[in-house]
Amino acid sequence: MSAVGTVGQLLWKDLVVEWRGREILTAMLVFSMLVAVVFNFAFSPSPADAPRLLPGMLWVTLAFASTLGLSRSFVLEHDHGAIEALRLFPFDPSLIYAGKLLANLLYLLAVEILLLPALAAIAGVPLLASAGPLAVILVLGSIGLVAVGTIFSAMSVNTRIREVLLPVLLFPLAAPVLISGVRAMLSVLAGASWGAILPGLRILIAFDVVFLVVGYVIFEFVLEE
Amino acid sequence: MATLADSEPLDASGGSDWRAGGIWVGGLLAVLGMYMATLYAPTERTMSHAQRIFYVHVPAAWAGFLAFGVVFVCSIGFLWTRRRSYDLAAQASTEVGVVFTTLAIISGAVWGRAAWGTWWTWDPRLTTTFMLWFIYAVSLMVRAYGGPGSQSGRFAAVLGIVGFLDIPLIHLSVVWWRSMHPLPVVVRSEGFGSGLHPAMLQALLVNVAAFTLLYIALSGIRRAQLVAADAVAARREEQRIREGTLAREGTR
Amino acid sequence: MRAIEVEGLTKAFGPIHALRGVTLAVDAGDALVIFGPNGAGKTTLLKTIATLIRPTGGSVRLFGIDPRADVRLRAQIGVVSHQSYLYPGLTGAENLLFAARLYGVSRPAERVARLLETVGLTARAPDLVRTYSRGMAQRLSIARSLVHDPPLLLLDEPYTGLDRQAAGVLTGLLTAMRGTRTIVLTTHSIEQGLALCDRMAILVDGLIAYEAEDGLQDLHAVERIYAECVGVPA
Repeated sequence: MSAVGTVGQLLWKDLVVEWRGREILTAMLVFSMLVAVVFNFAFSPSPADAPRLLPGMLWVTLAFASTLGLSRSFVLEHDHGAIEALRLFPFDPSLIYAGKLLANLLYLLAVEILLLPALAAIAGVPLLASAGPLAVILVLGSIGLVAVGTIFSAMSVNTRIREVLLPVLLFPLAAPVLISGVRAMLSVLAGASWGAILPGLRILIAFDVVFLVVGYVIFEFVLEE
Repeated sequence: MATLADSEPLDASGGSDWRAGGIWVGGLLAVLGMYMATLYAPTERTMSHAQRIFYVHVPAAWAGFLAFGVVFVCSIGFLWTRRRSYDLAAQASTEVGVVFTTLAIISGAVWGRAAWGTWWTWDPRLTTTFMLWFIYAVSLMVRAYGGPGSQSGRFAAVLGIVGFLDIPLIHLSVVWWRSMHPLPVVVRSEGFGSGLHPAMLQALLVNVAAFTLLYIALSGIRRAQLVAADAVAARREEQRIREGTLAREGTR
Repeated sequence: MRAIEVEGLTKAFGPIHALRGVTLAVDAGDALVIFGPNGAGKTTLLKTIATLIRPTGGSVRLFGIDPRADVRLRAQIGVVSHQSYLYPGLTGAENLLFAARLYGVSRPAERVARLLETVGLTARAPDLVRTYSRGMAQRLSIARSLVHDPPLLLLDEPYTGLDRQAAGVLTGLLTAMRGTRTIVLTTHSIEQGLALCDRMAILVDGLIAYEAEDGLQDLHAVERIYAECVGVPA
């Protein structure tokens, strides 16, 4: 089977299992909504404040929500030794990384599509005008989060502190995504042009490229014994 | 009944004493460096004596980053060759590096407090050093809780590689973020004076050399400890197996 | 040609040496059983042969080639582990189809149907594995290990916790493939192992303590040898 076919098959498996149970998506969505509501209670942003607070709230929520999805996606493989079975197949273990990454990315994007409008509505921030740049920032940032998150999720599922280790690993290392993502969104909501956020987009793209490559190359060492 | 042949005694001498020598030389250099920092170097214009912490802060940060660079190289070496010596070298460098980085953070905070009245400024270089500290802390967690030694070593190596490549990106993102609310010129660490007085530079270099030497010696000592611990564990395992074999032979 | 050639195989997990120089050879079509106490290294040995574990030293060759040299060589290996390797959220048929496709089996649907019939799970094929009993799941795992018709089958204590029907299916399959497929099996039941295999080895503390091709019919003799190797007073 070709590499693309293999990744497709792996992705299909993840999506079918998730579709039947919908555990991951439900958990991520409910959690995200809850955090958004708590944030609103905590800060009670006025319409003037809201554009300043929204990006931070959004990215913190996404960071935590992504750890839910990332860890669940590898628990699926760990529980019945499925990951060992995957390592027995005659293909490059890096394709497992690609498959998981795509699945996690889809879950995260699905949550974002629902979360962002909801947050904006609650906080009273108009988003439609800047939908383009916001979408680009979200997509680039999400790719970065899952690129490193998938590596660390595969690692932490094998440890006895798996629920704690994944966020502890992810947050410092995904800092460039969180920092640049927030900063870029702040600028966009303040009315800045594409040019103003270009440095941030460059950082996000660089992060994505570096860690997609590193993840792909290093994944077999995470799985190997 | 089989006789117990004497096995080779473990070498407990710790190898040649270059590490101890390194500590001596590094220590003396550090004393010289402290003298130069306090009495030799001229007083800085804007921050007066508070600026002298710079002679500890910068070399400590340098040592912390150097240590992480060594972790990076050893991590690659470990994943490539699977030789335990790389893993142990990475571990030693991590442990010593976190100490230097902690010193850098604390001295940076003290400097900030003394010079500008706040315990923390989100100066990009200080912030990046702080993030490095976090990555070190997570590395130690992975080594402690990451499963059996062979697995946690492998995971720590992956983290060493990912973390090292991340640092420049972290720095860039902090710099960009900071450009939104630039700190007043005098607060930025680049902002003191225009260039360093030669005596200041000399004091700085002596301290950098001292800290570098201390890092090399300390991580060398730590590595020797880890190697020795390994040898003891292996010897115990051999002993257990030998006893098992003898017991079996005894029942024949 | 030798199906399996293991030479001086060592594996260290940090300071612990799980395998300390294992050498053995299995001809194509042979069935080898490996006995040994817990902690002897049986699982490590099997997983190293299966390419799941990277050896610290020594070599493994399957059909003359190092299986780690090329990922595609893994298609020659089938593994039955004490873990099921199944996804509870997929149906029985989907689990097998997934494996078949990733192994590049031609006409996967046909093959899956035939295998399901062999292990007696055709009726339950469209049900989620989550609803299977343990015995059914085990039968499915066995089918899964054969989906790509591997010339080499490795089984790690496959009878542990198996119900009677599943055990029967397994024994039937193993007996049927004797001579055509190379089998390596680890088990705690000496009686069971001897019934299924042509040669035996005893692994103790990471080394082969005893090997034999003959005299496997005499259960008591083998039990005595095992007791000696392991150090249990006879």
